[in-house]
Amino acid sequence: MTTTDGPAGTPGETAPQPVIEARGVSKRYGSIHALREVDMSIYAGEVVGLVGDNGAGKSTLVNIIAGALAPTTGDIYVDGRHVSFKSPTDARDAGIETVYQDLALAPDLSVWQNLFLGREKTVRGPLGWIGWLDRRAMAQQSVTDLDRTRIRIASVASRVGRLSGGQRQAVAVGRAAAWGSKILLMDEPTAALGVEQQAKVGELIRTVASGGLPVLLISHNLPQVYEVCDRILVLFHGRLIADLRPAETDMDGIVAWITGSAMLAGGRAT
Amino acid sequence: MDHRLGDARGRSGDVTASPMTPGLQPAHGADAEAEAENDSAPIFQRFMERIGALWTLGVLAALVVAFGIAAPTLYTKAAWLATSSFAVEYLILAIGQTYVIVTAGIDLADGATLGFSAMAGSLIMANMLGAHSSGGLAAFAGVLVMLATGAGIGLVNGIIITRVKLPPFIVTLGTLTAVTGATDLLNNGTEITNLPGFVTTLGTASVLSGWLPVPVLIALGLAVVFGLVLTRTRFGMRTYAIGSNEIAARRAGIHVDSHLVRVYMISGFLAGVAGLLVTANFSAASPIAGANDELYAIAAVVIGGASIFGGRGTMFGTVVGTGIIAVLTTGLVLANVQPFWQQVAIGAVVIGAVAVDRVRTRAGTD
Repeated sequence: MTTTDGPAGTPGETAPQPVIEARGVSKRYGSIHALREVDMSIYAGEVVGLVGDNGAGKSTLVNIIAGALAPTTGDIYVDGRHVSFKSPTDARDAGIETVYQDLALAPDLSVWQNLFLGREKTVRGPLGWIGWLDRRAMAQQSVTDLDRTRIRIASVASRVGRLSGGQRQAVAVGRAAAWGSKILLMDEPTAALGVEQQAKVGELIRTVASGGLPVLLISHNLPQVYEVCDRILVLFHGRLIADLRPAETDMDGIVAWITGSAMLAGGRAT
Repeated sequence: MDHRLGDARGRSGDVTASPMTPGLQPAHGADAEAEAENDSAPIFQRFMERIGALWTLGVLAALVVAFGIAAPTLYTKAAWLATSSFAVEYLILAIGQTYVIVTAGIDLADGATLGFSAMAGSLIMANMLGAHSSGGLAAFAGVLVMLATGAGIGLVNGIIITRVKLPPFIVTLGTLTAVTGATDLLNNGTEITNLPGFVTTLGTASVLSGWLPVPVLIALGLAVVFGLVLTRTRFGMRTYAIGSNEIAARRAGIHVDSHLVRVYMISGFLAGVAGLLVTANFSAASPIAGANDELYAIAAVVIGGASIFGGRGTMFGTVVGTGIIAVLTTGLVLANVQPFWQQVAIGAVVIGAVAVDRVRTRAGTD
């Protein structure tokens, strides 16, 4: 793990180097092209939306970055260095954290236990060799990590199962933000939430990005994508066909790209 | 997924908090929010919350008082020794069963494993004594064989469950039957009594002027050690995580399969330890040793508050649960109740315990 101290990196002001870059990434399943020659760059501090119809290749692209899938051809670069992940664990070790739609939290474990699950801190000395947990250190670190993303949970000793849906979402995002040093991938983070909680998650995403950690947000929730993102990438039948800025388009414009009608009309936006 | 979890575990939050409770509070007001949630909880729920898992201890105390009134001989050294010695094999099995049940699994084979490992180790010891080995060497080899055989059967269970991906209930039901048959095959279904002095002494030794039999001491020691491992170590925390949400555990990079194999090996290993102590207690390895023990072990764990759906359960609860079963059994005997009622009573307690636990879970003490 490169860092345990939460969001790292600073927004690149000069000569920005993309934190994550995809070059010519394709994925084929037999005769089906899930992704075709996708080029994509994401910079520090950005919130980038990834939209597209069902089957457009969003999940495939995210799974490749998250290390869950290997591209058929093409390459991924992290901070300009070529990487080839064998597993999601490799990607996590490289600083790429994913917040899954189902949150991947253990409801019977406390907040701090969930934050440190799989990356537990053990005490020094012989007891540490048998895996004796340093509970106090993990609880304190959890408070610090959640504070940094301005998440307030009454107690990090609470069981996650007793938290509301929005609070669980916050714990999942807080965990990813605490461990991620390069990018946060979020797959439909608000699908199960109410309107008010969706807004809170939006704020949370902005907070994370303002700390320097870029966020790639996959969502069907176009109003939220429009509101939260700095850039919106549109996938259509496996191709990246548009790279839009919310300031330069509107909701109808995004929908036109998603459905492909903007492309048929001869539009071009990259 | 989130909804499912909400329904299954976090009902209190949905019921007591207003639906608009914001999940993420900007810096202030979170504590007030939490307090408001608590204040709105009915008194009964808050009461259950305070009690937590201690209510089973209250049941145990009530049983001790009630049976003490019905049969004052319960408060004698002889009754204590009978009760605690009776509890030894069930407690040791229940310790392993706690680990298994916390992972949302079940080990129906642990009683059969007890019987097989006891028979296998005793066979070695008897043969070595027959070949004029020293008693110490025979005892050493026999104990080693018992522990290794127990762990080995656990290994087989764990591998089939994780590699063939069959439900633990089915796999351990199968090994229960197969291992029971194999136990009879070892010595043609007859018992072994030619055992080294170490083993027979182990069954009768005690400390504290005879108040604490060594097997009881071993069982309690194992409960403390395995209880600490469960609550204070990485292994224990991951055991809870796997039972609570296996997908989350996998995504956290935990090697779930090998962890589960180790959990079933712990259960099998402890069955081997129990096999040694049962053999020591009777100075014989009986082909029916351990038969049906798994039911009492599972009952003890469930009475102790563990959820068979995984993620919840404590070693303290398991010890108390075993105590309840042991006191019920001895108490009914001392109160001159027909022995057939013992199993009826234990069955009723199991159902009652789970029913109370369900109420507690609904009350949000989960």
